[in-house]
Amino acid sequence: MSAGDIGVSPGDSSFAEAGPELIQLLTPEGERVEHPDYAIDLSPEELRAIYRDLALVRRVDVEATALQRQGELGIWASLLGQEGAQVGAGWALEDQDMAFPTYREHGVAWCRKVDPLDVISLFRGCDNGSWDPLATKFNLYTVVIGVQCLHAVGYGMGIQRDGSDSAVLAFLGDGATSQGDVNESFVWASVFAAPVVFFCQNNQYAISEPIEKQSRIPLFQRARGFGFPGVRVDGNDVLAVLAVTRKALEAARTGQGPTFIEAYTYRMGAHTTSDDPSRYRLASEMEAWKLKDPIERVRAYLIRSGQADAAFFESIEAESDELAARIRKGTTEMPDPDPSSMFANVYAEQTPYLREQAEQFAAYRASFVASGDGAPLVGSEA
Amino acid sequence: MAELTYRNAVLAALAQEMERDERVVLLGEDITSGGVFKTTVGLVDRFGAHRVWDTPISEQAIVGAAMGAAMAGLRPVAEVMFSDFYAVCWDQVVNEIAKTRYMTGGQVTLPLVLRGANGFGSLGFGSQHGQSVENWAMCVPGLKIASPATPVEMVGLLAAAIRDEDPVLVFEHKALYGVKQPAPEGEQFIPLGQARVAREGTDVTLVGLSITVGMCERAAAVLADTGISAEVIDLRTLVPLDAQAVLGSVGKTGRLVVVEENPGQLGWGAAIAALAAEEAFDDLRAPVIRVSGGNVPWPVARELEAVVDVSPERIAWAVQTLMKHAAAPPRQH
Repeated sequence: MSAGDIGVSPGDSSFAEAGPELIQLLTPEGERVEHPDYAIDLSPEELRAIYRDLALVRRVDVEATALQRQGELGIWASLLGQEGAQVGAGWALEDQDMAFPTYREHGVAWCRKVDPLDVISLFRGCDNGSWDPLATKFNLYTVVIGVQCLHAVGYGMGIQRDGSDSAVLAFLGDGATSQGDVNESFVWASVFAAPVVFFCQNNQYAISEPIEKQSRIPLFQRARGFGFPGVRVDGNDVLAVLAVTRKALEAARTGQGPTFIEAYTYRMGAHTTSDDPSRYRLASEMEAWKLKDPIERVRAYLIRSGQADAAFFESIEAESDELAARIRKGTTEMPDPDPSSMFANVYAEQTPYLREQAEQFAAYRASFVASGDGAPLVGSEA
Repeated sequence: MAELTYRNAVLAALAQEMERDERVVLLGEDITSGGVFKTTVGLVDRFGAHRVWDTPISEQAIVGAAMGAAMAGLRPVAEVMFSDFYAVCWDQVVNEIAKTRYMTGGQVTLPLVLRGANGFGSLGFGSQHGQSVENWAMCVPGLKIASPATPVEMVGLLAAAIRDEDPVLVFEHKALYGVKQPAPEGEQFIPLGQARVAREGTDVTLVGLSITVGMCERAAAVLADTGISAEVIDLRTLVPLDAQAVLGSVGKTGRLVVVEENPGQLGWGAAIAALAAEEAFDDLRAPVIRVSGGNVPWPVARELEAVVDVSPERIAWAVQTLMKHAAAPPRQH
């Protein structure tokens, strides 16, 4: 069977381009459009709050990238360009819903009221992320690709058994759709009708590999083979993402099973600060996506429809500056962890072997010269 | 007196804990039809399909979903059928389940149990269904490991594993499923991390786990006829490890033989031998000896099965050789 037999081939508009299935409520130019299946009605306050989230999330990202360049963070995974997808998904979550992120969901973290510094502490190498996953209903970042989709399904089966009216939002990227865990999670969510929504940000690249290396059909079409609906939404259109995700979560909450959402977007930055995207993609491609910026279109819509004035945007700019300053200060002042804390929390109750290791470690540490010059007593004049 | 098989001991522990705690749920392949090893017979009828989940054939998903369900407040007991299949889902076990408590700074704990039929025992299961793999898990901080040796041990240790706040891998030895014992009365519970003296002795300490405990006991009976008094320690759990039980016994006997079914290279017995070398050096009157399975992919042929595994005879032979060891004279300087 050739690719043509299944209706697509690399280069088809349905494959490389977003295509006519793309759900959109706000065009890149900031024009509100209607969609037969998805409606949204937001007050001016809500629209301004969405804009504020988009702008602040971008500022967190820009500041974190700068901090990494200045040596203050070990690495940073930028969400630049994906703010619309993440804030839209974050807004769709109800308080009781649980989210399972990848390592790039800084925008969703923001919407779950996770302090950006609790995220940055992971990238600075102080801890593994210091927010409470169960209290915030936002799991820790997952850095092994795709595994979190299974946790989401298991969590969903758990709350389903308890008759809960909440749902689970599992985040994944385009590359993760090639993982075994992810495909197993689709099978399970389907056969158990688990209250899970899979939110795939197709940002076109898995590090350097374009989507054509992962799939011969548009990703959203895969869902059908697993037995649940798949939709493709303009991931740079925060309103459409919100409408689509809200509807999918509501279906999950009411026993209608999973939905796969392909949020069609673009990673404007590098995969992480450790790679150079100019080595594997064309500048012209990025220029084309710049015109589809998720924040500019909301700004244009707010201005054009008279729902925000210059003073509003100035206030957001000022708040962004304050946030950036707080992040910079908080990052550089982050305390190093106490070395002895290394042995805590391996088990609920420490094992004898760990206790012994901790004691040996403490004795070794105590052998160092108290002046702090780092020289151990053993073998020194002392 | 009523008898209890090792197989029914698994069932008894599951039923006891499901009765005790409504949050205990089971998941795995074929478990509503009783399980391929008949260890979950009747549980779906007794507790309902909302607590016994037959799953698709996806080991990664079985353990990954168990983790998610534990995060949602349940106490899942997941079955991977053959413990060899941990290799199929090892990422979820090692990178996710084992590390969640640590990585969340103690904010998320995963009270879940992973069960698998383990071990060799000349049953013709071959290289990919016949391994003893407790030592795989022993390399991973964050996991606990229980490997019961008898039916009574199975009920108490599996119950303790289900009540534990941390993830516990419980290994059920396939060759023991048919073993019988008088059924114990009342609720069973054996704390994790406390070894058991299966037989007292004075000349040599035999340390075993799971099926090798019985082998050590049979070896000890043979040795007794030759005038050698062997003490048999059943470790019960590798994590937490009851080091004091081993060291205490070696302090008494001065000799240590560790008996493990897995291939010798980096088997769990190496950790016990290292423990004795570090902490019982002055007590030892002879080198520590390890008796282990052949360091080969385990064969399927009956003739080879018979020789690759450890056996009471090999243990007895090792002890008799050890007893001939004379302490070296002090080195002259």
